[in-house]
Amino acid sequence: MTSEELDHIARKERESQRSFPQRVNVCVAAGCLSCQADAVKEALTKEVASRGLDGQCQVKGVGCMGLCSEGPLVSISTGHLYQHVSTSDAGSILDSLDGLPVEQLLCPTDTPFFQRQKKIVLENSGTIDPERIEEYIAQKGYRALIKVLTAMTPQQVIAEITISGLRGRGGAGYPTGLKWSTVAKAVGTKKYVVCNADEGDPGAFMDRSVLESDPHRVLEGMLIAAYAVGASEGYIYVRAEYPLAIKRLKTAIRQAERNGLLGANICGTGFNLHIELRLGAGAFVCGEETALIASIEGKRGTPRPRPPYPAMEGLLGQPTLINNVETYANVPPILRNGGEWYAQIGTEKSKGTKVFALAGRVRNTGLVEVPMGISLREMVFEIGGGIPDGKGFKAVQTGGPSGGCLPSETLDMPVEYESLARVGSIMGSGGMIVMDETSCMVDVAKYFMDFCMTESCGKCIPCRVGTYQMHRILSAITNMSATEQDLKMMEELCDVVKHTSLCGLGQSAPNPVLSTLKYFLAEYQAHVHEHRCPAGVCGQGVLEKVSA
Amino acid sequence: MSEIVSKIKVATVWLDGCSGCHMSFLDMDERLLELGSQFDLVYSPLVDFKVYPESVDVALVEGAISSVEDEHKIHNIRKHTKFLIAMGDCAVTGNVAAMRNVFPVNKLLQRIYVAGADADPAIPRDGLPQLAKQARPAQDFVKVDVCLPGCPPQNRVIAGFLTNLLEGRKPEANQKIRFG
Amino acid sequence: MSATAVVKTLRIDGRDYSAKSDDTILDVARENDIFIPRLCELEGLSTVGACRLCLVEVKGSKKLLPACTTAVDEGMEISTNSERLQGYRKMIVEMLFTEGNHICSVCVSNGHCELQTLALELGMTHVRFPYNYPRLPVDTSHPRWVLDHNRCILCTRCVRVCAEIEGAHVWDIMGRGIDSMLIADLHQPWGESSCTRCGKCVQVCPTGALSDKTKFGSDHPKHPEFLPYLNMMREGQ
Repeated sequence: MTSEELDHIARKERESQRSFPQRVNVCVAAGCLSCQADAVKEALTKEVASRGLDGQCQVKGVGCMGLCSEGPLVSISTGHLYQHVSTSDAGSILDSLDGLPVEQLLCPTDTPFFQRQKKIVLENSGTIDPERIEEYIAQKGYRALIKVLTAMTPQQVIAEITISGLRGRGGAGYPTGLKWSTVAKAVGTKKYVVCNADEGDPGAFMDRSVLESDPHRVLEGMLIAAYAVGASEGYIYVRAEYPLAIKRLKTAIRQAERNGLLGANICGTGFNLHIELRLGAGAFVCGEETALIASIEGKRGTPRPRPPYPAMEGLLGQPTLINNVETYANVPPILRNGGEWYAQIGTEKSKGTKVFALAGRVRNTGLVEVPMGISLREMVFEIGGGIPDGKGFKAVQTGGPSGGCLPSETLDMPVEYESLARVGSIMGSGGMIVMDETSCMVDVAKYFMDFCMTESCGKCIPCRVGTYQMHRILSAITNMSATEQDLKMMEELCDVVKHTSLCGLGQSAPNPVLSTLKYFLAEYQAHVHEHRCPAGVCGQGVLEKVSA
Repeated sequence: MSEIVSKIKVATVWLDGCSGCHMSFLDMDERLLELGSQFDLVYSPLVDFKVYPESVDVALVEGAISSVEDEHKIHNIRKHTKFLIAMGDCAVTGNVAAMRNVFPVNKLLQRIYVAGADADPAIPRDGLPQLAKQARPAQDFVKVDVCLPGCPPQNRVIAGFLTNLLEGRKPEANQKIRFG
Repeated sequence: MSATAVVKTLRIDGRDYSAKSDDTILDVARENDIFIPRLCELEGLSTVGACRLCLVEVKGSKKLLPACTTAVDEGMEISTNSERLQGYRKMIVEMLFTEGNHICSVCVSNGHCELQTLALELGMTHVRFPYNYPRLPVDTSHPRWVLDHNRCILCTRCVRVCAEIEGAHVWDIMGRGIDSMLIADLHQPWGESSCTRCGKCVQVCPTGALSDKTKFGSDHPKHPEFLPYLNMMREGQ
């Protein structure tokens, strides 16, 4: 595949698209599919055929358009976006292509949700068919790869990534350029690139969306990374609970291989990279890099102490670059537009954009990509559309089970790595759950502790037993049978689990508890001393078994 | 530790234990005579008082809390005692008494009194205290001031402990003590 | 082992020591009789850093580092016995006691148990968490030995010795978190497994989980000291 051949494919695709004066795009990512978007697409296709409009109107399945709470979503070539579309709307939608829009289906797009986003990772999501490589190529896909392979040295590639300030989007925020240069310099007989697509945080679906909506982007990112660090074999570790993402990835890999963009002697440059998929088997801990590597090696997915870091000694003891889906997805645009361009977005220490999965008690739930540094208030009240049903804001949880619950006092702080860590939470992979006054913060802490307890691999004692003990105390609190001494014991447990656990799962398991104790101590006190749940959640209904 | 103005009042109690700790206590032999002259034994299975006194300075409690009756007793002891010592592994950890905790009580009683009986298979009603669901250490019910593990705690450890207590020092063992 | 072994100097608890370049902190401590508790580590087996008891404070590192897996660096300053570390160690051992049914008085390893000895060394007289009292099985299917899950602390020494030294890999862990359990082969009775009856796992087990059926009362000292020598003989050194 040469640059000219790429141009040719892009041109042909654009011509083909232009040949359809009318287009109807139906979101076929998991969210909309779960409310029968495939039936909607089929109904539209049938309607087009029955009206004899086959050569004039193109009905296409596209990736996630973001506003998942209002799906199925359909966008049409007039620029209008329709929400809550059902199969019976097929006729009226086609009518609206050359007439007035269908009022009751119209989804306003001049809202902060759409206007305030800055799409880099999601630039193709919702506009291209994820199952056709030609559409990706028509959107400048694989341009960066050709440029890198033919006109740049690996060191130059790493330099661009370093200038961009890109930080690992999996949660830890480690400088990506530094990681790449470490792997590039590490000594081994063979190097690997691994994509961590195990997205295990409850409430997080950013990576799933990217893989379902624009899988070639991730492949291109891995190819560029492999070239930069000197790797010849790659693995995408994707959780088995994402069958659609797996299917689209397999298709994408096959298409890329067939076009000489993946495999041996890529673009005739002598550079080789083979990518294989490895499926997870339902363990959150396998999202931890050393556990993930163990799993790929065929062993039980348990972490090991670091150092040595995977960059030096990873898969099969060799230097391994392991990055998150979203990190790789940022790579092609950075190489296309330059690191400087990326560095101008975001804040001083947190460059670029971040994809968030906004969920919970907020009007607009779905996927958003915003520049780093946006305030929490804007995320919740403008992009999110505020709290529905006239309820009051209580807290926003970021970072999943490793993160913290932030109260209204923190709403004006910028969303970036350092600020979030300062107030007791983390950026995490991008899950952002909004809570209103009907959520009990103790119950929330208990929910996350239950998750960590069940997902603990069991290798190290503090996490294995500590999370169990903390969950026991949290259950007692929500059961109105805990004492002040239990609260003290929980604080001691938080300390030992946080500081002595082997891996990030255990080390961050106490975070939801610590942040809720810090900001919502009154709720804990009410449960313990007054046997009362201020949110009206605990102590009602089913009594739980408490072992003490 | 309060100042010793008169002879301190010591009590010993056995709950769900085997009395081994008490035997270890007695195994202090001659030291018992020497120490015994410095305190009043106001309640114990070894002497004849039937009612737990109103005010006890130090109580040595052997055995786990295994029945409803034990639970009443330990709360009563705590209420009327200044310094409560859990003596022996059963009082500190549950130990052998707690080995029954993995079985439901009615299954236990069936196995012992019905299936395992040589004659008159029947779960007795008189004289059998209502068993609690689990046999648990004293600290699960009341605040324990000091734990003295061991099964039983060695006689010289108990002796050293009491000596520290009687001489107004911090009541702890003079050496490291282990479970078992 | 490198042909030219570089020597490093480091400071432990305020005193200076020398070490070979590929030594771990625990190696140096052991050589110089500095007490660092550990339960999952055993000389002769690979290290896993699982029990977290050997964590030490290293100047310049925000995180505590496990002495068994951390290689020494020139000029390292290590603290092995601060109040903070002592506190954590006690809590970890207490957690172990609540997790299983560790009844020392009736155990075959009473007096010879590494867990019991560690509790003694740390000055532990009671456990501050409530006991779980889990219902765990005892596997007596093997003609010579017994596996009592109530006493297992999941240190994985048996897993490692069987896989790395004997090469049979009979033992491994099933399940996750607090439900983790040691199993033979694909969760079969030990007596029906591919066990070669070498007995190494019994000797390396720190508690009475794996024990010899012929031992009475609590007369069951374990002797894992053979391991490093076995390795040396095999490597022909």
